[in-house]
Amino acid sequence: MLKNEANPNISKTTRLPRKRFYRARAHSNPLSDSHFPVPISPSHVDYSLCYPQLFPPSKQVGNSKKIQFADIGCGFGGLLISLSTLFPETLMIGMELRDKVTEYVKERILALRVANPGQYNNVSVVRTNSMKYIPNYFEKGQLSKMFFLFPDPHFKEKNHRRRVISPHLLDEYAYALRVGGIMYTITDVEELGEWMKACLEGHPMFKALTDEELEADLVVKLLSTATEEGQKVARNGGQTFRAVYRRIVPTI
Amino acid sequence: MEETAMEDGDHSRDREVAPALIAIHPTQESVAVAVGSDLRVFDLQNGCPISLVDDSSEPFHLDSIRVIRYGAKGKLLVTAGDDKLVKIWNTDAWRCIYTVSSEKRVSAVAISNDGLFVCFADKFGVVWVVGLNGLHETQTLSSKKAVPILAHYCSIITSLEFSTDGRFIASADRDFKIRVTVFPKKPLDGAHEIQSFCLGHTEYVSCLAFVCALEYPEGFLVSGSGDSTVRLWHIASGSLLDTCEVSAEAGLVESNGKEDECCFAITDLCAIPSSSLVAVAIQGQNYPDVGVLCHYRLPGVVLLSCNLSDKTLSISKVISIDREAFIPTSLGTSSSAEFLWMVTGVSNLQGSDSTSLTRVKAISGLTKINPDSGELETTVLEDGDVPGGMQLLEKLQGSASIKEEVFLAAAESVKIAMRNLLIKKQYSVERRDFRKRGRNDRKIKH
Repeated sequence: MLKNEANPNISKTTRLPRKRFYRARAHSNPLSDSHFPVPISPSHVDYSLCYPQLFPPSKQVGNSKKIQFADIGCGFGGLLISLSTLFPETLMIGMELRDKVTEYVKERILALRVANPGQYNNVSVVRTNSMKYIPNYFEKGQLSKMFFLFPDPHFKEKNHRRRVISPHLLDEYAYALRVGGIMYTITDVEELGEWMKACLEGHPMFKALTDEELEADLVVKLLSTATEEGQKVARNGGQTFRAVYRRIVPTI
Repeated sequence: MEETAMEDGDHSRDREVAPALIAIHPTQESVAVAVGSDLRVFDLQNGCPISLVDDSSEPFHLDSIRVIRYGAKGKLLVTAGDDKLVKIWNTDAWRCIYTVSSEKRVSAVAISNDGLFVCFADKFGVVWVVGLNGLHETQTLSSKKAVPILAHYCSIITSLEFSTDGRFIASADRDFKIRVTVFPKKPLDGAHEIQSFCLGHTEYVSCLAFVCALEYPEGFLVSGSGDSTVRLWHIASGSLLDTCEVSAEAGLVESNGKEDECCFAITDLCAIPSSSLVAVAIQGQNYPDVGVLCHYRLPGVVLLSCNLSDKTLSISKVISIDREAFIPTSLGTSSSAEFLWMVTGVSNLQGSDSTSLTRVKAISGLTKINPDSGELETTVLEDGDVPGGMQLLEKLQGSASIKEEVFLAAAESVKIAMRNLLIKKQYSVERRDFRKRGRNDRKIKH
């Protein structure tokens, strides 16, 4: 921890990384070729790097737990941090394409682990393009929850294929989610909200949660309150559009 | 050195050199070869060249053909390529019965086993389907729209195959990925259910083939890749059953001792029906960042044997073609597997008078096993012994004999054509940084 004291990016009072040193562009092109390492297959994902406390590198056997929650485009990681203590037994991962933002979340998790011993060991972040590499990280039906919070709206029709929710990508998300698993989406852009709802509604492997189910789900409330983006929208008095769907067995 | 090799690659890409392709009618009634935009078909039954009829356009294709393929029953031939047209030919009248326009260039085609659906993949990684329901042999269909059914996210699809039982459609891409999708009863509504992903290749996947046997009617998937391996996969789970390091096991690497400087890429696979054999075509690939041209002697074809009960792949026989530097760009066989047909060639030759080069060869004896040695009795046929004889060669090659110098000159073009087709544009680290100089989210150095 001596290193942290010398690191100007870390706040001296809270010991958390300071966001202003991790400024990044708001958008990143998901279509461009990737130059970061990608695991060859889900069995090549190194859990000891992501969760060193739960998967000590020395021991090969013992823990057979797998990641169950994935926050796609986790941004600065607000939701993951809230979920980590709410589901302390569940492994969760944030996937973010912008490397500076990923660095920030990494530092944030490390700092939280130091400040709260025994906590936040179940949360991790990885820099990747989840629109391309979901199958490299998760086996079929491995995930129970997927989050797509305040994704890039890509207004121009030409750029609609860069949207993280699209009819074809939903096939891959349906592959990674177990039957009964839940997909959470939220945005402050009405047009995108309608698009995401329409994509999910038109997909044979997803079904909307009922109002009672939404009411009973603890996580639904976090969607707009836990994330940095959600707080910003609330601060500005903006509206949010939510679509929460369950993975179902397709009727043939 | 690095830069020049790369510039060369860029330059030849502009010229769009396309490798030659071959397809064999399932009952060996005809053989089709495509080189550049040229489509050549020879009727083996009557021993004569076939002239194709297309009311909608002349010439048939305006740019390089990238796929040619017969339907499982042999009633259809589909051709497609860089001119964004998919042409469906009736093989009785040899008439183009249907031309589908694609939004992007077409990189792969598959025809459902019942012959009712044609699927094609475009350069965006989207697979489209066209229903041929109600298609009659003489009737020309009015224009019909292709419907997107699945997509690989922005990765060019290199191969598209239906499983032997028709339940699945497998697609391979340049991002090491193979996706096995359940082919739905109503394909026009999309193919949403992913059965499995076959992950393990460390380079682009170039070719796919399904192998099956009586004891295993559901079959297995075999894939070839730029990582110089052929891999055997369990279809339903996507698990990797065996990996065959073809170049190492065929003795290519030991013979020169310079494996660091050269890569061998698997460029085509052809499952030999009613046997457990898979024929493999290999190209020596020098990567742009290596910059050293390699001149290693490659075998014509390597035959791999799949042991389906042990779930293993092993080299059965290396067939070298003496006297000629024949490195096939495409392989094909009929369902009787009497002959393995091979073609090598390119649409454009650099620094030569000839405009294109095509060379067709055939191997017999794939199903004959010597009772004494237990080995395959394969023979590379002399030109005169090829079914259809010199007449076939004249039609498919454009001329009956090919001068050796032209042939040698073509070898390099073939290599470049295959590389451009399969390998992503490579940028050196400096060039990449230069291209991204406007970016401000570069990683901070610790």
